Amino acid sequence: MSVTDIAFEAQAAEAVPEQAIEGRSQLQLTWRRLRHDRMAIASVVVILVMAVLALLAPLFASLTGHGVDQPFTNTGLTADGIPVPPGTNGFILGSDYIGRDLLIRILYGARLSLFVGITTTLIATVAGVTIGLVAGYFGGWVDSVLARFIDAVLAFPVVVLALALAAVFGASLPIVLGVISFFSWAGISRIVRGQTLSLKEKEYIEAARSLGAAPLRIMFVDILPNLIGPVLVLATLYIPNAIVFEATLSFLGIGIPAPTADWGSILSEAQNYYQVSWWYVVFPAAALLVTTLAFNLLGDGIRDALDPRTERLFAAGRKSRRRRRREGPAIALAAPAGGSEA
Amino acid sequence: MSGPLSAVPADGGGSGELLRVENLVKYFPVRSTGMVRRTIGQVQAVDGVSLTIGRGQTLGLVGETGCGKSTLARCIAGLIPVTSGTVTFEGHDITNLPRRAMRPFRREIQMIFQDPYGSLNPRRRVGAIIGDPFAIHKTATGNERKRAVQELMERVGLNPEHYNRFPAEFSGGQRQRIGVARALALRPKLIICDEPVSALDVSIQAQVLNLLADLQDDFGLSYLFIAHDLEVVRHVSDSVIVMYLGRIAEAGPKDPVYDTPRHPYTAALLSASPAADPESAASRQRIILTGDVPSPINPPSGCRFHPRCPKAQELCSQSVPELEPKSGGEPTHLTACHYPVQAGEILASTGRREPV
Repeated sequence: MSVTDIAFEAQAAEAVPEQAIEGRSQLQLTWRRLRHDRMAIASVVVILVMAVLALLAPLFASLTGHGVDQPFTNTGLTADGIPVPPGTNGFILGSDYIGRDLLIRILYGARLSLFVGITTTLIATVAGVTIGLVAGYFGGWVDSVLARFIDAVLAFPVVVLALALAAVFGASLPIVLGVISFFSWAGISRIVRGQTLSLKEKEYIEAARSLGAAPLRIMFVDILPNLIGPVLVLATLYIPNAIVFEATLSFLGIGIPAPTADWGSILSEAQNYYQVSWWYVVFPAAALLVTTLAFNLLGDGIRDALDPRTERLFAAGRKSRRRRRREGPAIALAAPAGGSEA
Repeated sequence: MSGPLSAVPADGGGSGELLRVENLVKYFPVRSTGMVRRTIGQVQAVDGVSLTIGRGQTLGLVGETGCGKSTLARCIAGLIPVTSGTVTFEGHDITNLPRRAMRPFRREIQMIFQDPYGSLNPRRRVGAIIGDPFAIHKTATGNERKRAVQELMERVGLNPEHYNRFPAEFSGGQRQRIGVARALALRPKLIICDEPVSALDVSIQAQVLNLLADLQDDFGLSYLFIAHDLEVVRHVSDSVIVMYLGRIAEAGPKDPVYDTPRHPYTAALLSASPAADPESAASRQRIILTGDVPSPINPPSGCRFHPRCPKAQELCSQSVPELEPKSGGEPTHLTACHYPVQAGEILASTGRREPV
């Protein structure tokens, strides 16, 4: 016992200057690593700029005097009735086919894209995590049923269902949100289920059970914190997916109904004008590309930051990251998720 | 029952008895893979084990890896369902109780785990881990809980200032102290220690063992102490049970079991453990067993030790030996062997070859 006492005193002495020592949590450590990843920080900046611009869209509308759905047949169209190029008559990025300000429409489109991307990802993450945890933790027939359901959803022809729903209920924002959410949770569920299957065999889960913890408590207090990493990465990577998905639906005319400004529907309208009005295609497409790219790069950065082993292999990581992306996020995610528990 | 009164003081009365396990059996089904998962076999992990633990006593449980020690511990702790047999705690039958009914007994029976790395959630702070028992049983909240946790940390020799640290910031020995603090939080009567020191350095082992001994004195704890290190078990235990392939080979107070082992398996185990005294080490006979531990899916008939036993005869493969006192020994010293080792007997240094 004396050995312990000495050791204890030594610890206490060394602890005096710093009151109540606080260990760094996984998220704090991740953030510290993420801060040194220039690509990830650039992505954060791009996303923040995009979000600020989207929020300030009404301000830009009042500054230019161009309403989002307001056609300017005199100033916004040439004598031949085609869109005016950028910089003409106060149209900074040019106009669209009925003389609306393209910049204002892209900014309002950003609001919609970010809203749809983030909302559906939140719904999909909450549903996916819950279903994955329940399936993985309880196992047995619960797992069999849920796992088959996940497989069924993943195998479903998404666009066909969206077309059918749009035909029955008419295209609308709630339908779009519902369709995207419904087809996004299954991927998250599958990852969470797999992780839960391995985590529930850990001794600390047994320790929690021996204390009398209820299954819900074990799932959300003991298992979930170990899943934050992979779920955070997945969610970040699902936002751009959802944005592209929404744009696709709108492009096909089964998304957000006109005249609401939306990147997908702007691109759809632009199809007939790209030969005469390059800006009509280039600017909304660039907005879509930059936004989704930023989210993807941020997701990659978070994934690398969560896995301490990548810290010193940063240059090598970039190369392998590109390779991993080609294989798709689901496969690539399994590796750092498993590694981060070590 | 004929179960051994292993760790109950000589009077053997009901008042001294804390835990009684009778004829406990745990089989794990072996299922085929595929759509229809038929049961194609049973792993006979624990097969008819009986024991008792008295208040304030320590029962040591030794045996090789895979002999069913940990399975037995988990059955007693109610972590896995029991196939048959009963577990009685302070006169209450707690066998296969549903979770809610088991809750009050969870406070009385706690567990310390083998792996100080695997048994603490790496994503939670130490304060939260040790505070879990209070949170789950709603016995303390807020500042009261924090104070209780810090008292516990101090009691087990940890710096209470480290309340907000993560398990990864502690050494193996410190982590095991965290596990001890968590087990101690609800002031249990019985702590099941599942190889609590086998993952630690020898010098750290002594510290943790001394801590456990101090806590036993202070709180009147009973321990079921599982280990494969014979000397550790001898040091901490009042009584000892030796298991082989899911069954008890020998049981009794520690001195007769260690000094005059009657079961050839116990004798072989003891002869294999290193002795600190070189003179006694030199004079000792080594009993070298041949072959591997048979599969618990298809255990040998009769005495499960017979294929490897230097003394095995025809009878050993045919009938299961009863666990009973043997002539010339103390009545509490029980052995499951048809041909128990006699004092001074020289066992053949190699076991009988297993017929191929």
